[in-house]
Amino acid sequence: MIELLQNAKRPEKGICDMTGFRFRPKSNRVVPGFGLSMGITITLLSLIVLIPLFSIFVVLSGIGWKEFIADITDSAVRATYSVSMTCALAAALIDSVFGLILAWILVRYRFPGRRLLDGLIELPFALPTAVAGISLTTLYSETGWIGSFFHRFGIKISYTRAGITIALIFIGIPFVVRSVQPVLEKLDSRYEEAAMMLGAGRFKTFVKVILPELLPALLTGFGLAFARGLGEYGSVVFIAGNIPYETQITPLIIMNKLEQFNYSSATAIAFVMIVFSFVVLFFINSLQFRVSKIAGGAGE
Amino acid sequence: MKINTVSFLKKTAVSGLAVLTLAASFAGCGSGSSASSQGASSKGAASSQTSAAKSSVEITNVSYDPTRELYENYNKLFQKHWKEKTGQDVTIVQSHGGSGKQARSVLEGNEADVVTLALEGDINELEKGGLIEPGWVKEFPKNSAPYTSTIVFLVRKGNPKHIKDWDDVVKSGVEVITPDPKSSGGARWNFLAAWAYANKKYGDENKAKEFVKALYGNVSVLDTGARGATTTFVENKKGDVLLAWENEAFLSQKEHPDEFEIVTPSLSILAQPSVAVVDSVVKKRGTEAVAKEYLSYLYSDEAQKLEGENFYRPSDPEILKQFSKTFDLNLKLVNIDDDFGGWDAATKKFFADGAIFDQIYKKK
Repeated sequence: MIELLQNAKRPEKGICDMTGFRFRPKSNRVVPGFGLSMGITITLLSLIVLIPLFSIFVVLSGIGWKEFIADITDSAVRATYSVSMTCALAAALIDSVFGLILAWILVRYRFPGRRLLDGLIELPFALPTAVAGISLTTLYSETGWIGSFFHRFGIKISYTRAGITIALIFIGIPFVVRSVQPVLEKLDSRYEEAAMMLGAGRFKTFVKVILPELLPALLTGFGLAFARGLGEYGSVVFIAGNIPYETQITPLIIMNKLEQFNYSSATAIAFVMIVFSFVVLFFINSLQFRVSKIAGGAGE
Repeated sequence: MKINTVSFLKKTAVSGLAVLTLAASFAGCGSGSSASSQGASSKGAASSQTSAAKSSVEITNVSYDPTRELYENYNKLFQKHWKEKTGQDVTIVQSHGGSGKQARSVLEGNEADVVTLALEGDINELEKGGLIEPGWVKEFPKNSAPYTSTIVFLVRKGNPKHIKDWDDVVKSGVEVITPDPKSSGGARWNFLAAWAYANKKYGDENKAKEFVKALYGNVSVLDTGARGATTTFVENKKGDVLLAWENEAFLSQKEHPDEFEIVTPSLSILAQPSVAVVDSVVKKRGTEAVAKEYLSYLYSDEAQKLEGENFYRPSDPEILKQFSKTFDLNLKLVNIDDDFGGWDAATKKFFADGAIFDQIYKKK
């Protein structure tokens, strides 16, 4: 994706160079009608993203400051923040490692069933999250196929934070694989060969040559998986025990408030989630910008 | 790159309008409910309000979690009844979910002609929202509760943990499954039944609080709805005892005959799921007559029998007696109005934010 975006900026230069003279002096964009496409973009963005987000601020403006603080700092609510964040963070980290390996296998090796595996990666996107939640719960419950194995060692997975993390790993994995895969495909293997020739071992080659190239993409994948994990509701409610202070996630407590017709508290907590997600994504984006600058500088 | 600002704005506005029109035309087609529809004719219902002598009519019944099977059967009965009475085909769209969630969806614009929910309090919310006229409780007999239910225990075959009464449920080492009272109507009845038992036994609110605290300390999964809790207990085999709607317990036993036993505690609560016509919707859609008949026919002998067969306690005492083999009719039942001062008071005292249910979960 990033690769595409980066390339998208270049063609104008390329076309001019190839043809040798400038044609279409008014606009040199590929997509026709900048006004039209911008109009569609802004309208759709408003209808689907901006207006719903704005409505949160409208509702919020009707809540007193004291109430707002009381709502978002309630001890049960604070407990959900920590559950949501730790589980989403753990899941995103595991996804990053696992996703990198998965992308590596898909790109670097040829084996029977590779295309099938490649196609399966998107399945968590397509599958209704409730289906994922229910099947994971059953599998990992004390009597389930996998859960019964762990239960012998006294480890419980379904209805604990471990269960929540597993559900989040499931829904987050495609983000990492699909971010890393195209970059890995474009990575010139000559760099690795050169590193080897210069005497670097496998580990050193990976850490010093390959990883810096992959890091921006990996960060994107991590950020997407983490953000998605923070907001995920559908699959988690089934596998989490939903016990206050232990396994309640923030989206669940928002739903609970709604079901008690307590719209203002629900909105207040939703606002905290939005701010937090924004901060996280912004931080990761800026980190990624720095990393790719370093990587780009070193590469060229 | 320089763009003429005025023409850019013009173009943007024009194309924006175009997209809006397009979106509006989409919205026009897609206003249907996502719930499953039953019955023979599903078409033509949308245009029903235009012609007076219509051959078919459609109503939507928004209900709570465990009534799926009941209304599946009742709708067939009512379709026959309505056809005989008026010659009209009626299609009933059903929707099920946690009672609070269902009420909220109606409040937010899900056009239900009738609501058949787990709690009077949830229908009161619709009254507050102006969708239902005040005094709905008296619109149908028996406080608009055509059938009742109660809370019982579902335990695993052979009752390995020897659960006989509420005292056994709070013992340490017993794993309890019940939904979250914050989101589930059934779970509120569970909570109140336990409270009523403890309060009667100790005669002291603090002791009752300790009792329910111990009870919820034993709860390992708080699902969002009654059906979810049943799934956790029955399908995922989690827990030793499920605090369940009586009808849910019977249904689980019917589907898995050799796996479960029903234990009736010494005291429980008379759960009165309420029904109401959503006045603002039926007036708009012209479905007032059929919606009213749909609910009042729930009190007919045939329907009362059907409710008994689906493990709801018929409100007609004569028909209830016919089911004395199914239901423990000697079970002592408290009720919400006499013992808790009605739903508004009970909600405030137990389930509002910061109330007793939140207090028992405060960090230890």
